[in-house]
Amino acid sequence: MSDKGIADKVRETQVWKSIFRHGPPSNARNRAAIVAGNVFLHLHPIKLKKSGVQLGYTWCMGGLTFFIFLALTVTGLLLMFYYRPTAEYAYTDIIALREHVPLGIMRELHRWGAHAMVITVWLHMFRVFMTGSYKPPREFNWGIGVILLVLTLLLSFTGYLLPWDQLAIWAITVGSNMAKATPFMGHGGPGAMLAQIGDFVMVSNKNDVRFQLLGGRFVGEPALLRFYILHCVFIPLVVGVLIAVHFWRVRKDGGISAPL
Amino acid sequence: MSNDSKTNLNRREFFSYVVVGWTMFTAAIAGMASLAFRFSYPNVNFEPEMDFLAGMPGDYPAGVDERWKNSFGVWMVKQDGKLVALSNICTHLGCIPNWLAAELKFKCPCHGSGYYMSGINFEGPAPRPLERYKIMLLADGKIKIDKTKVYRQEKGEWDNKESYLEV
Repeated sequence: MSDKGIADKVRETQVWKSIFRHGPPSNARNRAAIVAGNVFLHLHPIKLKKSGVQLGYTWCMGGLTFFIFLALTVTGLLLMFYYRPTAEYAYTDIIALREHVPLGIMRELHRWGAHAMVITVWLHMFRVFMTGSYKPPREFNWGIGVILLVLTLLLSFTGYLLPWDQLAIWAITVGSNMAKATPFMGHGGPGAMLAQIGDFVMVSNKNDVRFQLLGGRFVGEPALLRFYILHCVFIPLVVGVLIAVHFWRVRKDGGISAPL
Repeated sequence: MSNDSKTNLNRREFFSYVVVGWTMFTAAIAGMASLAFRFSYPNVNFEPEMDFLAGMPGDYPAGVDERWKNSFGVWMVKQDGKLVALSNICTHLGCIPNWLAAELKFKCPCHGSGYYMSGINFEGPAPRPLERYKIMLLADGKIKIDKTKVYRQEKGEWDNKESYLEV
């Protein structure tokens, strides 16, 4: 009779071996192969220094931010099944998500998560700054991180309009007026005066960068649709790609934050 | 041997193909990017026109008239023998104030800026008065208002004859 246990027998089946192409994690070589051979884990460093993952050192803020991003992706996807980005339905759909749909807390989870992600992303940046983890060879990844911070804020900003209540409309009116002051590309910004030939105004409220953002001269239905698409598709796609680059560079630049 | 001369590229030919290939690729990407940019500006939008006919000067009583506020964002203010087309965009951050007839002032709900009937700011964070739009009398006696041209009090532009009608 074989002295193999049931676990060994399972490991020898073709199904198991087709999924896990390496042996059990009983030695250093296999443990490395498990990380390197997995499409999700291969972005992760194969080996970590014990000191580098101490909670007191990293606060796990980057990991928490990523976790919240995933939670926001899931809750946001669920909300999309009930939300229609039109002036007629947007507000009533938000109310319906609370009153007519099971788990009326789903939208609040998405909103609280959004606030939490902004907080953790700032704390992550603060930690990286305080531990000097922006120094060479990690300066490129600091740059990627700054872009991710801005995109996080833009996700918050574009999501702000979607409830389509008075707070949303006027907050986005005020916020998007900043685009008006963009040099040369906004009709109220520096340089817009220079781009004027006689009575012909080259940069006006019909063709400046604010119009491109809102799809109109003021916050209306086209703005709602544009912000919806930016919020649900465009910015998350860019963020997803940059997160992959960010994690890959963490690995390539010497792992999480321990002194090199 | 003839095979060599027909199909094998020499170094110089290879690089010329590379240059042509990359140039075409870059041009295609740049073309698509500019098309995508142009795509974001629709040829028609369904917002109000920037100019409109606003009836006769006699249509307006003294004081503030709100008939064009929702459609064109304009208050008609008749005061001291002048009729002006006042913008309803708050000069602080761009919200829309309300006309409070009992208190004779424009009051912005966002951050509390207040303006007199004339459009001059007197309370709250507004840094300057409301703007006037160009107003003119056509040959048939009708008023035309052109919102593409604004007149700012703080620049001394309210003395401009195009910024008011004498009534």
